[in-house]
Amino acid sequence: MERDFTRRSHHDMGGLDAGHIKQVEHDYELWEKRVDAMMVLLTSKSPKLMSVDQLRKGIESLPPDAYEKMSYYERWIFSITQALQYNGLLTTEELSRKLEEVQSRYETEAE
Amino acid sequence: MTAVFNPGDAVQVRSGSPPGHIRTPFYVRGCKGVIERNAGEYRNPEELAFGRFDTPVVPLYRVRFQQNEVWADYNGNPKDTLEVEIFEFWLEPSTADKT
Repeated sequence: MERDFTRRSHHDMGGLDAGHIKQVEHDYELWEKRVDAMMVLLTSKSPKLMSVDQLRKGIESLPPDAYEKMSYYERWIFSITQALQYNGLLTTEELSRKLEEVQSRYETEAE
Repeated sequence: MTAVFNPGDAVQVRSGSPPGHIRTPFYVRGCKGVIERNAGEYRNPEELAFGRFDTPVVPLYRVRFQQNEVWADYNGNPKDTLEVEIFEFWLEPSTADKT
C-alpha cells in the first residue's frame, strides 16, 4: 500500500527508524517534579482547568526542531503555559511580570 | 452511544490526515483489520484537546491487523498481528474476508 509520508505529523513517528535508543536512568530535577505535580493538580480539579489532551496537543504542535531539542518536561511546561493562557487562567502579561520578578530575585541572590 | 461494530467485523481505517489532534497512528491509516474487542466509550480526545470537555462519549475498539498489511516490507512471520485502539469515527465497514 502506497502512503504519502509527507502528510505524517512529526510526533507521529511510529514505525520509522529511530536508531539506537540510550536507556539510562536519571534523577528528576526539582523543577521537573514541580511541573509534573502542577499537571496533576490542573487535571484533577472539577471542573478541570486543562486536559491531558491539551497537554499532548501543545507538545505535538511544536516545530520539529524544538520538539527534538527540548527535554521532556520543557515540552510539558511549554504546553501547560499555552493551555492556561488559552483557557483564560493566565494572561501573557501576568506571566511576563512574574517571570521578571523571579528573574530579578535570582539576580539579587547571585550578587 | 451504541457501538456499530462487533468483535469479528472487518473494518478499514479512514486514511485522512486533516489538521487536528489525531490519535489514530499514521502507520495504520488506510489499513484493513478486524474488530478484536469493544474497548468501551470515552470522550473524544480530538475535541478534549481543544478544551471542549463536555462532548459525548464515543465507542473505542481494539482492532487487529496483519503485520504484513501494515508494513509493506514486513518479513516476519506472515501470521504476526498488531493491535491498535481506534475510535469508531476513524473506522468504516470493510468487505475484506474475516481473519
